Amino acid sequence: MKPLEIRALSRNFGGVRAIADVSLALDSGERRAIIGTNGAGKTTLFNVVNGQIPPSSGEIFLFGENVTRMPLHRRATLGLARTFQITSLFRNLTVIDNMIIAVQALTTAHFVFWRRLAHYREVLGRAEALLEKWRLTEFRHEIVRNLSYGTQRQLEIVMALAGNPKLLLLDEPMAGLSAAETHLATDIILNLDRGITVLLIEHDLAAAFKIADRITAMDQGRIVAEGTPEEIRQEASLQKIYARGGVRHE
Amino acid sequence: MADNRWGLWSAIAFVLIAAAIGGMIPPYDTGLLTQMLIYGIFAMSLDVLHGYTGMPSLGHAAYFGLAAYVAAICSLKLGWGFEAAGAAGIAASALAAALFHLLALRTAHSYYLMITLAFSQVLWSLAVSWTDVTGGDNGLPGVLRPQIGSWSFGSTIAYFYFALAVFVVSAAMLYVFVTSPFGYALRGIRDNEMRMRALGYHVWAYKYLASIVSAAFAGVAGELYMYLNNFVSPSALSVTVSAQVLMMILVGAAGTLFGPVLGAGVFVILQYVLSTYTDRWLFVIGVIYVLLALYAPQGALIYLRDRLKARQRRSAG
Amino acid sequence: MNFWIINTLNGLSLAMILFLLAAGLTLIFGLMHIINMAHGSFYLLGGYIAISAIRLTGDFGTGALLAVLAIAVTGVIVQRLFLARLYKQEMPQALLTLGLLFIVADVAFFTWGGDPLLVPEPRLLQGGVRFLGVIYPLYRLFLIGWGLATAFFLWAFLERTKIGAIVRAGMDDEEMVRGLGINMPLVFTAIFALGAALAAIGGVLGGPLLGMFPGADFEVALLAFVVVTVGGLGSIRGAFLGSLLVGLVDNFGNVWFPQLSLFTIFVPMVIVLALRPTGLMGRV
Repeated sequence: MKPLEIRALSRNFGGVRAIADVSLALDSGERRAIIGTNGAGKTTLFNVVNGQIPPSSGEIFLFGENVTRMPLHRRATLGLARTFQITSLFRNLTVIDNMIIAVQALTTAHFVFWRRLAHYREVLGRAEALLEKWRLTEFRHEIVRNLSYGTQRQLEIVMALAGNPKLLLLDEPMAGLSAAETHLATDIILNLDRGITVLLIEHDLAAAFKIADRITAMDQGRIVAEGTPEEIRQEASLQKIYARGGVRHE
Repeated sequence: MADNRWGLWSAIAFVLIAAAIGGMIPPYDTGLLTQMLIYGIFAMSLDVLHGYTGMPSLGHAAYFGLAAYVAAICSLKLGWGFEAAGAAGIAASALAAALFHLLALRTAHSYYLMITLAFSQVLWSLAVSWTDVTGGDNGLPGVLRPQIGSWSFGSTIAYFYFALAVFVVSAAMLYVFVTSPFGYALRGIRDNEMRMRALGYHVWAYKYLASIVSAAFAGVAGELYMYLNNFVSPSALSVTVSAQVLMMILVGAAGTLFGPVLGAGVFVILQYVLSTYTDRWLFVIGVIYVLLALYAPQGALIYLRDRLKARQRRSAG
Repeated sequence: MNFWIINTLNGLSLAMILFLLAAGLTLIFGLMHIINMAHGSFYLLGGYIAISAIRLTGDFGTGALLAVLAIAVTGVIVQRLFLARLYKQEMPQALLTLGLLFIVADVAFFTWGGDPLLVPEPRLLQGGVRFLGVIYPLYRLFLIGWGLATAFFLWAFLERTKIGAIVRAGMDDEEMVRGLGINMPLVFTAIFALGAALAAIGGVLGGPLLGMFPGADFEVALLAFVVVTVGGLGSIRGAFLGSLLVGLVDNFGNVWFPQLSLFTIFVPMVIVLALRPTGLMGRV
């Protein structure tokens, strides 16, 4: 059963075709990178898969289930998690509170209003454990908006992992990171459990090539090429992506 | 941090002190203390909705006044006992919120402020016009204070302790509510609704329940207020009341549950002091609002705390 | 038959007063995202100042003009000095205008007292005329005409002038308009002043009909809010349609169900919002 299958997906905004006739399938445990210039439709694709905006036509299947009309919040229960290109954390809450909210979301505790959270040791324990694993414990009482950008991006990824997702959508995880931070983030993603399938959008071609098993290239809403990093590297028609949109090369 | 231990201990201290001195101070002051407790519950109820969930309401008086009217009508016109009338009032407010929010939660965020105002004004106008049922402008006088079994809470001191008990129970319930997993989720919703959905939260359900709980406790406060005055009138549903309770959570610290209780205390004292010296109460509220809006929209306490921190940093560095 | 004609005309005259307020309110929100809780205050002050100015000068036209100018200037001051500092912060802006509402209400009460005052009808427009088979107050017909004319001019302003285009563009994408080098703060101030002036005109022209008294600001502002919510935030067309709906419903509601008062307006509001959550012509 494929974690993600998209068939002939399209999304129009007025007269503009943001994504047109996109079909894609991921294998379990695969690392797939989507590359393309700005405006190629990558984030729109994520927004449709995630459920934030409905498609104009086409279908989406998560782990074999047709989720095309499924509301956003229910897709998470199927094992879908996502990070955002523009950091989307709970900026006015502490790091530990952010983690708690992320951890409890898919547990049975999430709607309990008659018992204090302190009672739910598993939730608290897992939140602390995640912070510890990703070396964020020192920040636990910091308010998120006071954190450095790099730390925020890191927290963004860790929050997405909190619910034990099986399919992770990473929207430009390297955006705005320094070279050192990019290395760190790349390592984090590479070391992710192979039980998690990863689909990422990335402008940093070096990182994309390093992480991905397969690469899908998009341009003006359509898929223009798909293959292993080697195949994509040779693909001549993609030179314009490298020229226009590509950022760092090793 | 989210647990607000500081606020909790202050609230406990306040209750203990109030319990100790309640019977010993002059009756008028006992009455003021009672008012503080009542407004404290009212302010906490709005804090759940506005401070924690991020739904700014300019019509919270609707639930305050509705419960009072329903309880008054049930006891005066239907002859119901205190327990039944009281329960009916709270149920009415909760039901009103449940029905209203089926609509209110469908509209965009910017409309919420205006339609909560509209809702409370509609109830206000009903109270004024439906003279047969509500007594119109004159309201419904003659409501007797609670009688539970052989215990009568009619005297000033007895009623004070009754209100204190209700306050303690309400505060305890609301404290558990906002520090529960549900309460944490509310905070997330206020901060970043989209993120909550992406994490898997059914945001509508949270907002819905929060509004009902908030309305129920506003109703508790409204009934206590009515029993205190032995009387309810349309003013309990007015914009002024809605604005005043909003001011209480802003003067305190919205989103801390007990900050607003402090705000309620400050409000009662302010009202008492100012009404002794001037008739221009409305003007003063207006000025306070303008100042709060310009300098401390998050709450005066938070503004002061941030200024203190800034000064500490400067002297340390 | 006469009943219908008279009450429809009554409803329309109320609708036009509401439109004068709702138009300004919806423009201000559409462009600046300000929920102007003090919009009723412009109405109230406009009416009260007109009363005093007319008493002073003895002439309706002069007094009315002075009142509208005074309120327009007030609008400029409020927007420049206070609201501009809270740019893009919706809640603080609403709080600020709420504070102003209370301040003005108290100042007005202090200055003009608690008894209802009437703006005197201009002599030229007194009396009744034959219209559609009934005798109907000329003043009300004038009011209806004025309202329609205002609606037309606002439409023309927005759709046919360059500034109007800037305003419409600003409602859609303010960043873009700023990027084109247009002085948005100036546009903001101008539109706010326009909204205030329209509300003041509402007070001056509506005064003879509704009277000026403590609480008139709240009452009329609430109706204006309902109109704007029903019509859709940011839409003049919506404000017009909403005004018609609310004006007529309120009037007929008061005739048939006086006991229910504002509830008669609430019902259509609930229905409209249930079917179209953004209002009839909402763009939010």
